[in-house]
Amino acid sequence: MAGLMTDFGNFTHAVVRAIPDSFAKSAQRRSGGELDVSKAQREHELYIGVLKHELGLRVLELPADESLPDCALVGDAAVVCGDTALIARPGAAARRKETEAMRNALKELNLNIVDMEDESATLDGEDVLFTGREFFVGISTRTNQRGAEILADTFKDYAVSMVPVQNGQRLKSFCSMAGPGLVAIGSSEHAQKCLKVVQQMSDHRYDKLTVPDDAAANCVYMNLPGKGHVLLHCAQEEYPESAKVSLNSTQHGTSPFPSPGGLTDLLRNLRLPQRRVPLHLNATPFPS
Amino acid sequence: MTTEVGSETEVKKEPEKAEEQSPAPEQDAQAPAAEPKAEAELPCGETAPPGGDGDAQPKAASPEKERKQKEPSAGKGISRFLPPWLKRQKSQSQAEPREAEKENQEKVDEQQQPGQESAPKSPVSEAKEAPGEELKSDDKDDKHSIGSADTQPAKEEKGDESLERSADVKEKEESKCEEKKEEGETPKPDSGTEKPLLKAAKKMKTVMCHVTLLDGSQFPCEVEKRAKGHFLFFKVCEHLNLLEKDYFGLSYKDAADQKCWLDPAKEIKRQIRNSPWQFAFNVKFYPPDPSQLTEDITRYLLCLQLRQDIASGRLPCSFVTHSLLGSYTLQAELGDYDPSEHRLEYLSDFQFAPTQTKEMEEKVVELHKNHRGMTPAQADAQFLENAKKLSMYGVDLHHAKDSEGVDIMLGVCANGLLVYKDRLRINRFAWPKILKISYKRSNFYIKIRPGETEQFESSVGFKLPNHRSAKRLWKVCVEHHTFFRLVTPEQPPKARFLTLGSKFRYSGRTQAQTRQASSLIDRPAPYFERTSSKRVSRSLDGAPVVSVSDQALRGDSSVAGDKENGREPALELSSDSKSKLRVQGENIYVRHSNLMLEDLDKTQEDVLKHQASISELKRSFMESTPEPRPDQWDKRLTASPATSLRLQAQGSLEEEITSILFSKAGFCSGPARPFVSRARAAEGTVTAASLPVAMGSVEKTPPTTDGPLPDSKDIGKSAEDKQRSGTGEQAEVEIEETVVIKEVKKAPKTKDVAPEVVVGAAVAEEAKKEKEGEAEEKEDKRPGGGEASSSSDSHSESEEEAEYHPQVSSVSVDQIKEEPEEEEPKQEAPPPGADPIASAAPPRAREERGAASEGAADEEAHNGHTETRQGLVSVEEDEEEEEEEEEEEEPRLNGDVSRTETERLPQVICCSEPPVVKTEMVTISDTFAAQKTEISTKEVPIVHTETKTITYEAAQLDGAGDSEPGVLMTAQTITSESLCTTTTTHITKTLKGGLSETRIEKRIVITGDSDIDHDQALAQAIKEAKEQHPDMSVTRVVVHKETELAEEGED
Repeated sequence: MAGLMTDFGNFTHAVVRAIPDSFAKSAQRRSGGELDVSKAQREHELYIGVLKHELGLRVLELPADESLPDCALVGDAAVVCGDTALIARPGAAARRKETEAMRNALKELNLNIVDMEDESATLDGEDVLFTGREFFVGISTRTNQRGAEILADTFKDYAVSMVPVQNGQRLKSFCSMAGPGLVAIGSSEHAQKCLKVVQQMSDHRYDKLTVPDDAAANCVYMNLPGKGHVLLHCAQEEYPESAKVSLNSTQHGTSPFPSPGGLTDLLRNLRLPQRRVPLHLNATPFPS
Repeated sequence: MTTEVGSETEVKKEPEKAEEQSPAPEQDAQAPAAEPKAEAELPCGETAPPGGDGDAQPKAASPEKERKQKEPSAGKGISRFLPPWLKRQKSQSQAEPREAEKENQEKVDEQQQPGQESAPKSPVSEAKEAPGEELKSDDKDDKHSIGSADTQPAKEEKGDESLERSADVKEKEESKCEEKKEEGETPKPDSGTEKPLLKAAKKMKTVMCHVTLLDGSQFPCEVEKRAKGHFLFFKVCEHLNLLEKDYFGLSYKDAADQKCWLDPAKEIKRQIRNSPWQFAFNVKFYPPDPSQLTEDITRYLLCLQLRQDIASGRLPCSFVTHSLLGSYTLQAELGDYDPSEHRLEYLSDFQFAPTQTKEMEEKVVELHKNHRGMTPAQADAQFLENAKKLSMYGVDLHHAKDSEGVDIMLGVCANGLLVYKDRLRINRFAWPKILKISYKRSNFYIKIRPGETEQFESSVGFKLPNHRSAKRLWKVCVEHHTFFRLVTPEQPPKARFLTLGSKFRYSGRTQAQTRQASSLIDRPAPYFERTSSKRVSRSLDGAPVVSVSDQALRGDSSVAGDKENGREPALELSSDSKSKLRVQGENIYVRHSNLMLEDLDKTQEDVLKHQASISELKRSFMESTPEPRPDQWDKRLTASPATSLRLQAQGSLEEEITSILFSKAGFCSGPARPFVSRARAAEGTVTAASLPVAMGSVEKTPPTTDGPLPDSKDIGKSAEDKQRSGTGEQAEVEIEETVVIKEVKKAPKTKDVAPEVVVGAAVAEEAKKEKEGEAEEKEDKRPGGGEASSSSDSHSESEEEAEYHPQVSSVSVDQIKEEPEEEEPKQEAPPPGADPIASAAPPRAREERGAASEGAADEEAHNGHTETRQGLVSVEEDEEEEEEEEEEEEPRLNGDVSRTETERLPQVICCSEPPVVKTEMVTISDTFAAQKTEISTKEVPIVHTETKTITYEAAQLDGAGDSEPGVLMTAQTITSESLCTTTTTHITKTLKGGLSETRIEKRIVITGDSDIDHDQALAQAIKEAKEQHPDMSVTRVVVHKETELAEEGED
C-alpha cells in the first residue's frame, strides 16, 4: 500500500550512454589533465557491467554520438521521478541535442515525458537533487530559475527549493543522496554552505555524510528490489579518504557496496554518468 | 463634521479595529505615535517598493487620525490615572458608552415602532435620519461595532430573517448617527452610569447565520446578534457532532472578498460588519499527521477540506496524485468499485483536480478498483496519508512582495514560514528560527535568530498588499506558531506592558492540548454520512442536487464553490480566531504607553529616581570626550553608501528636531541669534557658518535626546526601553534580540544608519529665575532640582502594528520541541536591551524623515495631520534612537556613536521593532540572494538620511550646558500619518549665586513626509512655545534636520 511518494521507490532501470571518442573535449570536464578516452571507455564498460550484473538493473545503452562529446553524461539530460520524466535543457547550448536520444529512450519506458519548452529556461540534470521527499535545484551557471520553475511545475507533489551554487559547479558536483535521509556532502566550504541552505529550506531532517573530497560526494544511492540499499560511489583508490568515510558510516544499511574499481578516469571526469537516469521508477507506481 | 472626510478612511481602517479586540478609544489614545512610525518605518519600504495600496491608505488615514486625536485627550486623561491593569477595562468602558448610546437609540426606535419593527419602516427612517450618509454607513457601522466591547446577552424575540436584516440595517443607521455624534463631540460618558441602561435596554435580536459546511451543505443557525464567534462555532460543531474541533474554524469573507477567520472571542457582528451572515466551516490548522486524530469523523472532515483544496488548485498535485487521491475518494464515498454500477460517467460529477481529464478519470477508476474491501474510514486515512505529504499541505499562502518588490508568496504552515517565488521555495523560516513576528502597516516582519555561522540576527521584511492583509498574515502566524509549537497558549502580556497594536493572541487549545483532550474522548464512533458521495449518487439518480453544495465540494470550479462558501480559494488569509475565545494581550509590547502610564502611576519618588538616573547618564555622557568623533564619522561614512555629499545635497527635510530654550529674564535677548548648522550625523560638516559659541554649545550640549522616532510599535517599547535604559533598568529587554544591536554595529558595512542620529542637543541656558511653572505646558512642574520626569505615552493604534515573539513565548510557555532545529543558543549574551533595537532600527530611517517638530504641547497638530501623540521618554524614542541614543548619550563621542555606545548602553534598546531595516540587516527574502550577496546585503540600503543641525542661540551662553540635570517635563509625540511630532521638555533649575535659573528646553521632533512644511511647522512650534512661556525668552533654537535621501518611492 505504499503511497506514491515513498522516498526513492525502487530502482529498476538505468540508462547509460557510450563514451564517444570526442569525450576528451568534454565541456563538463573538470580536471585539467589529459584524459585517456580509451581508459574511460573501459571503465564505462565495467560500470555498465556492475549495473547489469551486480545490481540486476535493466540497462538501456544509448550509442555514443561523436558530435556530442558529453553525451555520456546522461545525468544532465533528464530528471525522472515517479512516472514522469522532465527532459532537461542543459545550460550549455552545445549539449542540448543530447536530450533527444534520452527522450526517446525514456519514452520507450512509458514515462510521461515533459519537455521544457521555454526557451529561456535552462536546467542541467546534475543540478537537481531529489532527496526522496523533495527537490533541490542548484541555481548555477547551467541552471536558471526558470528551469527550476518548470521542474516545480512538473513535480507538483514536491517542494522544489532553490540552492545557489557557485564556482561554476553544479549541485551534484559535491552533493548527492547516499541513502534515505542521508546526504553525502563534500567538505569544501562551498559544499558545506550549500548543505546549510538545504537544511534550512527543508521541512525534513537529513543526516549528512561528509566526505573529504567534494567529488566523492557524488554517488548514487539506489534501493534495489531484492538487494536492499546500494550505494554506488567512487573507487576507493580514487578517493581513499572519502571511501573510508562512507564505508564506515553506512548506518543506513548500505549493504552491497559495489565499488567499481578502476573507474578512475571515468569517475574523475564524469562524475557518474548514470546519475539521474537510474530511474526512480516505482516498481509499483500505484498502490495495489 | 469630520465624519465626512473621514469616512473613507475609516472604512479601511476600521475593519481591522473591529477585529482587534482592543477598543478603539484606547487605541486612539495611544495610537498617535504608532502611526507615524508606521510610515516611517517601512523598513521594508525601502526595500520594498511601495505597494499600490500604501499610498491610498495613508492619506485616508490622516483624517481619521485627526479625529482620533480629539478623542484621545479624554481617553488619555482617564487612562493616566488608571493603573495599567485597569487599562483594558477602561478601554472597554469607553467602548461601552457608545454601545450604550446605541442602545438608547435602539430603544427609542423600538418605542417608536412598538413591537416588531417592520422591515420597510426601518429603511425609511434611515433615509430620513441620515440622508446622504448612505455611503458612510458602512464605515460608521464599523466604527460602531468597534466600540461595543462586550456582548450583552439578551433574550430576543426571534423574528424571521428578513426582519432581522432590516433590523440590522436600522441599527446600522442608528449607529451612524451615533457615530456622528461621537465624532463630533467625542463624548465619553462614564461607562458606569450607562451600564445599567444597557442591560435594561437590551432586547436582542437574533440573526440567521448560514454556514456552509465542508460537504457543501448549508447549516442555518440562528444566533443572537451580539453573539460571539464561538457561539456559532460551537453550534456548528454540535451539528456536525465534532469533538476535535480545535483544528477547525469559521471563515467569512470581508468586504474586500478576503477570507477571514471568525474570531471566536469577538462578536460576530463586529467582525463581519456589513457582510452577510454567511460563513464557511473550514479546517484552520491542518494536522501534520492526520493519523493521530482520534476520530474518523474528524479525518473525514479533513478529507472534505482537502478535496476542496485540491479541486480549487490550492493544493497542487501531480497527475498521479490527483488520480490516487481521487480513487480514495471514490472508495470512501462509493465503496468498492462495481463494474455494473460504476461507469466512467459515475465520476464525472466528482472533481479530482482543478482541471480534470478523461485520462485522469480513467486512472482514478483504475486505481479505485484496487481499493476493494477498503472501508470508508480506511480510504480516508489513505487519502490523508498521501495528501499530507504534499508539499503544500496545510500551507496558508499570502501574496506579498519581497524587499525588492518581487512578487512572492508567504506560506504559513505548522513548521514555520515558507517563502515562495512562483512555485519555487526560496526560503524557509522554521518557527524556532523566528524571534519575532510583527507587522506595521502593510509591512510584515520577522526577526530571525542568527545561524551558527551568522553573527547577527536579521530581520526580513515583506510588503503585503495592504494593512489588513499584513495583519491577517500576522495573526495567522501567531496562531500557527501557538497551535503547533506551544504546549499551552501564550499568556497574555503582562499588564504592565500596554499594548500597542493588536492584542490578538491565539487563545484556543494548542495541538498538544487538543490531542490530549481528544485522547480522552470516550464515545462510540459517531455515525456520520459521507454526504458528498451521496450527493453525487443522487445527482446520478436524478435527485436534485443543490448546486451550491456541488460546487463547493467539487464543482469543477472549486473556486466558484469557494466563493459560495464565502471563502477564497486561492489565498487564504486567515486571521485569528480559533478556539477559545479570549483575546489576550498581544505581543506587541507597547511599552511606551505603559511607561507613560506607569510613570503617572508611579509615585513621585519613583519618577524622580528614574529621572535622576537618566540625568546621571546624561551627565556621564557629557563628560566623556568628544574627540573620536570625526574618525567615527568618517568610518561611518565610508561604510555607508551614502556619502556626505549626497547627504547634504538632498533636499527635503524629513526631520527636524528643534530644541527651544527659554530663559527667563536674565538673558532675554533676541532669541535666536547665532546659527549654527551642522550636519552632524552624517558628515559632521558644518553647513552653515557657525559661531564658535554655538559650536561650543553644540558640543556641550548634552545630548538631549530626542529620538525622533516615530515608530509606531516601537515607540512604545522603545520609549520604555529607553527609559529603562536611561534608568539603568534594562531588565525588560527581551533577551533574544539583544544581540542584534551589537552586531549591527560590528557589521562593517553597517549602513550608516547612523546618520540619523542627531540629536539636536540644545544646551539649556540658564534662566535666572525659576519660573518653571509656566514653562511647562501641561506638565506638572517639578520643582525639585532638575530631575526630569519623563513621561511617555505612546498611542498607537493597535491595528497598525503588532509584534509577536515566538521565542519569548517559549520561555514562558513550553515549546514543543519537535525539531531539532534548535533554537540556537547562539545568542550571545544578550546585551541588555538589544533586542528591541534590532527591530527598532529599521524604522528609524523613516521616522526621521517625516518628523516635524512642534514646539509645544501635545495639542498642536501640525499641519493638521497630527493625530496621535505619544509621550516620549525624554531620551529617545524609537528605534532610531538606538543610534540616536547612542549619540545622544554620548554626545561628545558622537562619532562613535554606534558601536561603542551600544555596548555601553545596551539598554537603550528600543523595543518593539519591526525590523530592521535600518539596522543593517538586510532583508533576505531568499537564501539565494542571501548567500550570493552577503556583502551587498549589508549595504542594502535603506534610506539614507541627511542630518543637519542648526542652532540658533541667543547670545549669552552659559556654560550652561553643564548640564544640570534637566527635568524632562513632557514628552509627547503627535503622530499622524504623515507627520509625527514629539515634544520633550526639559526643565532645569539652577541656583547660582542666589539666582535661580530655570531653563526649559524643549525638543520637538517633527517627523513627516516630504509634504510637510517644515519651516512652518517649526515656526509654529516656536510660536507656541513662546506663547506658553511668555515670560521666558528663547535663547537658542537648534534645528536638526534629517533628510532621507533615497527613494522617494516609498512615500
